[in-house]
Amino acid sequence: MTAERLIDVDGVEKVFTVRRKAGRLRRVRHEVRAVDGITFQVPRGEMVAYIGPNGAGKSTTVKMLTGILVPSGGRLRIAGIDPARERTRLARRIGVVFGQRTTLWWDLPLKDSYELVRRMYRVPDAVYRAHFARCAELLDLGPLLDVPVRQLSLGQRMRGDIAAALLHDPEILYLDEPTIGLDVISKAKVREFLREVNAERGTTVLLTTHDLTDIEQLCRRVMVIDHGRLVYDGGLDGLRAAGDGERTLVVDLERELPPIEGVPGARTVKVEGPRQWLAFPAGRSAAPLVAAIAERYPLVDLSVREPDIEEVIAKLYAGDGGRPDRTATAADTP
Amino acid sequence: MWYRAVAAGSFRRYATYRTATVAGVFTNTVFGFIVAYTYIALWTERPHLGGYGRPEALTFVWTAQALLAASALLYGGGIDELQERIRSGDIAVDLCRPADLQLWWLAADLGRAAFQLIGRGVVPLAVGALCFPLALPGDALTWLTFLFSVALGVVVGFALRYLVALASFWLLDGSGLALISGLACMFFSGMVLPLRAFPGALAEVAQLLPWAAILQVPVDVLIGTRTGGSLLRGLAFQAAWGVALLALGRLVQAAATRKVVVQGG
Repeated sequence: MTAERLIDVDGVEKVFTVRRKAGRLRRVRHEVRAVDGITFQVPRGEMVAYIGPNGAGKSTTVKMLTGILVPSGGRLRIAGIDPARERTRLARRIGVVFGQRTTLWWDLPLKDSYELVRRMYRVPDAVYRAHFARCAELLDLGPLLDVPVRQLSLGQRMRGDIAAALLHDPEILYLDEPTIGLDVISKAKVREFLREVNAERGTTVLLTTHDLTDIEQLCRRVMVIDHGRLVYDGGLDGLRAAGDGERTLVVDLERELPPIEGVPGARTVKVEGPRQWLAFPAGRSAAPLVAAIAERYPLVDLSVREPDIEEVIAKLYAGDGGRPDRTATAADTP
Repeated sequence: MWYRAVAAGSFRRYATYRTATVAGVFTNTVFGFIVAYTYIALWTERPHLGGYGRPEALTFVWTAQALLAASALLYGGGIDELQERIRSGDIAVDLCRPADLQLWWLAADLGRAAFQLIGRGVVPLAVGALCFPLALPGDALTWLTFLFSVALGVVVGFALRYLVALASFWLLDGSGLALISGLACMFFSGMVLPLRAFPGALAEVAQLLPWAAILQVPVDVLIGTRTGGSLLRGLAFQAAWGVALLALGRLVQAAATRKVVVQGG
């Protein structure tokens, strides 16, 4: 198997049959297409964000990738393994963290759960000691090891869960909303840890999240799913362009002047005293604009504002993008 | 087998609930007295009911109280926990482990039962033996055979509860089924009255049902009603139900994990 396709998803579908009440006794069966023909590949060592609104099909996809749910159609291979057929074999090679659930032993000290992981995955002693020391160091687990899990804070528990998912050194780590409900410091710790793990061990990471800072700080590649379809797969920069995002050039002039005119590709959207705002397409460079303005106006200072990624994604969700032929793909897709 | 670590963890887990254990011991002991005096009244009226003399009947009472928690004769045995994990979707976490779901929960249940046999069983039986004339064996072999029979009974009880819990994959609320299962166990295990004391055909039928393997057979081993060939038949009866129900559980488990939605985001 080539390293190019550690995760290989080809036209995968998941259809649920739901019975709805229709009248007093009658039930109507109808189909819900939770995942509707998704195709993507993730090469070894990549860190990918998998985002979408609630109910878009993110968790359903992750469950199919781990073998918990059987796809209704399409082809799925993780490290060459068909997850639904060989769930237990695959489980030895992946790590999974569901942000809202825990794998830890609730009433027992944290270290008991790690001891169980060591024995369950048959991690060799030397390997275990090394990984454990590294996880404990990066995630600050030392003082928590003797504390029963039920007494941990959410942030501490999450760090504990992430360590538990990595002690057997999985090739792939799935994180389903790993920073949900965490405070700023815990989020930062978790992100830093994930970056380290990815860099040091080359662990492939697939991350679902609603926190855009997670994406900006961790992932160069983003996949956006909506209504069970992949509506975007590419770089973070391309995502801004795909959402018709605009960058904004803010210039401070020497004095109050009428709106700047005659700069190709930009339009002045706001004037406030000597400060003016110019909008231009996200795909373009600001340099020629700055040059053109500086040539004709008394420029004192300037700054460029990137389009708000949150707005961009909201636009993607709202648009009727989603038909496969409309799947946006950025030019810099790896 | 690393599943031993699951059993050991489960044992330690139940050991952390000290207050609950003390309260349970107290309750079992009080109920032991109440039922013991009821049985004394009944056996005075009907001596040798079901073939038991008064000491045997009283031994039945106190052994039932001693096994109440370990063999989950009325309720408990982790069934609500597994049901809740299925209902909430937390079962997804369990399914991501390189472990067999049934073996995992069986190991956890054996750990639980081991703790509850010691923590909840020893004191009530000792109190019963001090306050009433019981028909307890004097030789170690009978005690060991009894413990082995209890273990088989725990496996049968687990296999039944596991089936009930798996139904939660299809039912939105499994608490009704759990209640019925608990009542069936209470009645058909011999917890209310020894199965041999049931009238006529009901006694015959009740002794063939799986619940008989949970309490009736172990107690008969303890008080010496079963020896020799009868003892072996009793153990074989328990083992057969254990194997059959575990096998059925595997079938249902395969169907559940293949067909059914793991609920919740």
